[in-house]
Amino acid sequence: MAQTSTPITTSENSQPPIIEIRNFDFAYGDSQALFDINMDIKEKEVTAFIGPSGCGKSTFLRCFNRMNDLIDIARIKGGEIKISGVNIYDKDIDVIELRKHVGMVFQKSNPFPKSIYDNIAYGLRIQGVKKKSTLDDVVEECLRGAALWDEVKDRLNESALGMSGGQQQRLCIARALAVRPKILLMDEPCSALDPIATAKVEELIHELKKDYTIVIVTHNMQQAARVSDRTAFFYLGKLIEFENTDDIFMNPKNPQTEAYISGRFG
Amino acid sequence: MKRYFHHELQDLRSKLILIAEKAHEAGRLAVEGFLNSDLEKTERAIKLDDEIDDLEIEIDRASVRYITLRSPVSSDVRLIFVAIKASHDIERAGDEAHSIAKKTKRILTRDGKVVNKVHIEAMSKLAFAMLDDAITCFLEEDLELAESIMERDKEVDRLNKENFKALASDMCEGSVEPSSNIETILISKSIERIADHAKNLAEEVIYLLTGN
Ligand SMILES: Nc1ncnc2c1ncn2[C@@H]1O[C@H](COP(=O)(O)OP(=O)(O)OP(=O)(O)O)[C@@H](O)[C@H]1O
Ligand SMILES: [Mg+2]
Repeated sequence: MAQTSTPITTSENSQPPIIEIRNFDFAYGDSQALFDINMDIKEKEVTAFIGPSGCGKSTFLRCFNRMNDLIDIARIKGGEIKISGVNIYDKDIDVIELRKHVGMVFQKSNPFPKSIYDNIAYGLRIQGVKKKSTLDDVVEECLRGAALWDEVKDRLNESALGMSGGQQQRLCIARALAVRPKILLMDEPCSALDPIATAKVEELIHELKKDYTIVIVTHNMQQAARVSDRTAFFYLGKLIEFENTDDIFMNPKNPQTEAYISGRFG
Repeated sequence: MKRYFHHELQDLRSKLILIAEKAHEAGRLAVEGFLNSDLEKTERAIKLDDEIDDLEIEIDRASVRYITLRSPVSSDVRLIFVAIKASHDIERAGDEAHSIAKKTKRILTRDGKVVNKVHIEAMSKLAFAMLDDAITCFLEEDLELAESIMERDKEVDRLNKENFKALASDMCEGSVEPSSNIETILISKSIERIADHAKNLAEEVIYLLTGN
């Protein structure tokens, strides 16, 4: 194994990391998108990825549940990613199992054209859960977990497509919770939402971190500042600075970080 | 809608109430030390100064953090800006209490007790009531109370001038040890400044509420 350089990690929380990234290099064909990333992500914290468009945030996020496997030209050039101590790119890793463990919520909410109830029950039925009472319980639990229950409890059998954008996004979060992941990846989950729906999702993120580890990509700097415990700034495929969110926004060490967060970039 | 970080504003208000209580306590101890020739109270007033300074720093930090991380708008922003100024005014009032205590200590060490108390008692009552009301009008956004404070400052100024005249003519007659009279003049001036800080704070509140 290659010599591991010291990962950029942050102080205080002495819990062992749930995601460990070491010397990670990634390319699309001949074009390298991520360069020698070293990073520890702590359990039950919210970690935000920020950086200019094209710097590799989504690419990196998709590496955590091997969503990049679906892209032909995607290649891991070096390094490793461990989740709960297991190298997720090992040959004998069951990718379906991994994605159950590491759920994902996308920028555009993408509910199935089914009822609210079925959207959440779907994943469980695939896993072979048939008992109605079990399904009912999980649906309620997940909708409550996603702060949506009170808004939809009387219309569970109506189509999810009739919900507002903000409700759809929270439904997608509820759906991700149904398979009981440990980690939730969110790629710009609020970029299509109005301020109130955004605030609701942020409140939800704050609640969820009691039980889940969350990694969120956001272009909204104020959002990163509000919701995250730690913030990572990426630029041109490199991790420039990774610190407690307080430090990143109040006193960044790197001049590039300072320039970016203060809007003086480029 | 209520956000999970709004309690931080509540914490900020609590810290302001606390710093104001401590400044009042320091002032009360310092003046009682003077009026009752009580060295022990004087010492306690002096000790409180560090706590007040630390609280001011905490309030500044919490305010800057909230502005940086929580993107506040409208009345939340006004609250924070006035909180920063208010804590500064209160801290300065605390400095005056510290100064009163130090001068009293000097008088007591030299003369054993305070002989000429002039109008210090009446003046300090007015000044501390102004300080309390200044904080109340800020926390409760009470415009009428804020305006009443501006008026009351005049009476404190008047008493301070009377103190000065009395203590100065006393010195001219040569009937007392002049150092203690000079110190009492400065103590009177400190109380007058405490009232000024209360007035400043009330002015901030009026600005906050009316924009003038
Ligand atoms: N499927 C793909 N095939 C080839 N190149 C890609 C692919 N996806 C992304 N890239 C390239 O990888 C780099 C990183 O892209 P990525 O989408 O990860 O950036 P990002 O930081 O998420 O940007 P944005 O903020 O715009 O979402 C870019 O240069 C992009 O063009
Ligand atoms: Mg992206």
